[in-house]
Amino acid sequence: MDFSLTPEHEMVVRMVRDFAEKEVAPYIKEYDRAHKPFVRAIERMAELGIMGICIPVRYGGQGMDYISLGLACEELERVDTFLRVVMSVHVGLNSLGLLQWGTEEQKQRFLVPQARGERWAAFGLTEPGAGSDVAAMAATARREGDSYILNGEKMWISLASMAHNFLVFARTDPKAPPHQGITAFIVERETKGITTGDIHGKLGVRAGSTGWIAMNDVEVPAENRLGEEGEGFKIAMSCLDNGRYTIGAGATGLIRACLEASAKYAHERRTFGRPIAEHQLVQQMIARMRRDYEIGRLLYLRAGWLKNQGIRNTWQTSLAKWFATEASFAAASDAIQIHGAYGYSDEYDVERFLRNAKGACIYEGTSQIHELIQAQYVLGYRQDRPLRCELPAYDPEEWQREA
Amino acid sequence: MHIVVCTKQTPDSAAKLTVDAAGNVSWGDSPIVINPWDEYAVEEALLIKERLGGNARVTVISMGPEAALEALKHAIAMGADEGIRIWDPIFEGSDTLATSYVLAKAIEKMGDVDLVLFGKSAIDSQTGQIPVEVAYRLGFSPLTYVIKIAELDPAGKTIIAERLLEQGRQVVKAPLPAVVGTIKGINEPRYPSFMGIRKATRAQYPVWSATDIGADPAKVGAAGSGVRWTRIFSPPTREGKAEIIQAETVEETVRILVDKLMAEKVI
Repeated sequence: MDFSLTPEHEMVVRMVRDFAEKEVAPYIKEYDRAHKPFVRAIERMAELGIMGICIPVRYGGQGMDYISLGLACEELERVDTFLRVVMSVHVGLNSLGLLQWGTEEQKQRFLVPQARGERWAAFGLTEPGAGSDVAAMAATARREGDSYILNGEKMWISLASMAHNFLVFARTDPKAPPHQGITAFIVERETKGITTGDIHGKLGVRAGSTGWIAMNDVEVPAENRLGEEGEGFKIAMSCLDNGRYTIGAGATGLIRACLEASAKYAHERRTFGRPIAEHQLVQQMIARMRRDYEIGRLLYLRAGWLKNQGIRNTWQTSLAKWFATEASFAAASDAIQIHGAYGYSDEYDVERFLRNAKGACIYEGTSQIHELIQAQYVLGYRQDRPLRCELPAYDPEEWQREA
Repeated sequence: MHIVVCTKQTPDSAAKLTVDAAGNVSWGDSPIVINPWDEYAVEEALLIKERLGGNARVTVISMGPEAALEALKHAIAMGADEGIRIWDPIFEGSDTLATSYVLAKAIEKMGDVDLVLFGKSAIDSQTGQIPVEVAYRLGFSPLTYVIKIAELDPAGKTIIAERLLEQGRQVVKAPLPAVVGTIKGINEPRYPSFMGIRKATRAQYPVWSATDIGADPAKVGAAGSGVRWTRIFSPPTREGKAEIIQAETVEETVRILVDKLMAEKVI
């Protein structure tokens, strides 16, 4: 067993950290306060190759491994959650879905420009009336000749108003149970009948973009169907295995941000004649953050290692996501407590950390869904079955091959 | 055109330096990184290379133990072609006089160098002496505090550089080969690319010893150094008071700031 990162991983960490600290940290408060999407930061992530970090070079990516993806997400969310959200939807939920399930032609057409950061990608599963309960999905896709006609609405979609490509799920067989009647489609923004908008009044992630997609008789060519008809549920679940991985890694970064801010402030702030760092109850909160950071990191790195090996990691990834998101919310709350009244104002970052932490306890499986998943695996009510297409194991030679 | 960039490894700028009673300096477990000023020199070399197309190569050198690899790796990840570490146990304890001798001998060994680039200084020792010393030893044109390389003519063997001095900008023309000390503002250093990171972690970094560069042992290490350390201690902590000016508008904030600066006779 080897717990050390490779020199390559260490350089990736430093590079992504430098970017986030130099180009995002000085401005993030301004965007967050104004509820203004920080578009330039996304453009820079695209230019630097971060949005294609773990996609093979021949598909326009950078050819790094899945652990690098996790490490990048940790560094990004340490500065702000919106950066990691971009990675979750663009890389985790969409691009890796195309890598796993796409035909060679679909990879060339859609994955290459996405990995290069030329076209941004989003994931349309959730609906106004269907979140964790995928069976309640109302969007439909009707086959007509060589096309499908899509109707319905998707809600709480990150990058809805900015993405160029959407991976959308809709019912092709309304009578079949959800795991058989849902199909996945790659839909381009330019397609007639697509409208999108932003959701306002969010608690957190205010420098990001969250919105809705409405589909009104959207004609999608059959060649844009991802996977087989009726395979959408399995595709969605496998995409979530990757999206949740980025969330677990990111939330771990958020815990680290809370820990760093709290340790710094605890040394600076004095009460009762000494720095608050010397008070035991402050130390207790800091110790818990340290504990949770280390657990979160071990959990996501194990999930990343399993992905590198090509081993299914649904419960391990779910555990990493469940643990780190809940722990990040607790860490942010304690970070405010340590900062006292100052932490309650936006003069410090910790109030933003708390607002940003909550969303991830809800999306891509609420904490309650993840608790159920864990129990169901232990009790034997749920088990992994082989998929028609598995996420490919990381093979450095294969990933770095030019063509 | 062959461009050499001299780099060194330093503790991260966020490191907390401590000095114990015996004068031993420590930066704890702070990571070792490329000297931040050197990133400007590497970037400038890469920009020149890009301008000249395929007619230039960039070699990065660093005198130092194993830890110096960090600086070389960073430069390769940014896009430099080759990294060479110059090290021999007898180099231990070198001051700037001895270090400049070693660097000059290594550059001399290469034989075909047209341009040597440096960062302004190293953030750990902050002497800024090495570029001029190396230029003197090699007989190259010394150009320090360079904010812009305005013209570079490899065929005519000339360089025109703008130096940022306290009195203003000075434009100078000098023959090549030259040693250029860059300063912040000359460019915006790029981040290492992912492809560069892979290249850097797989590259071979030859180590040149004192024998390899033909260095005289009497001129290196403590033996070749002119500086004698009488005492090493931490400077007293600077005490200061910070005041945050808050006003309704930016204009009002600026007005209050200017009033205060004038009252304090700062401006």
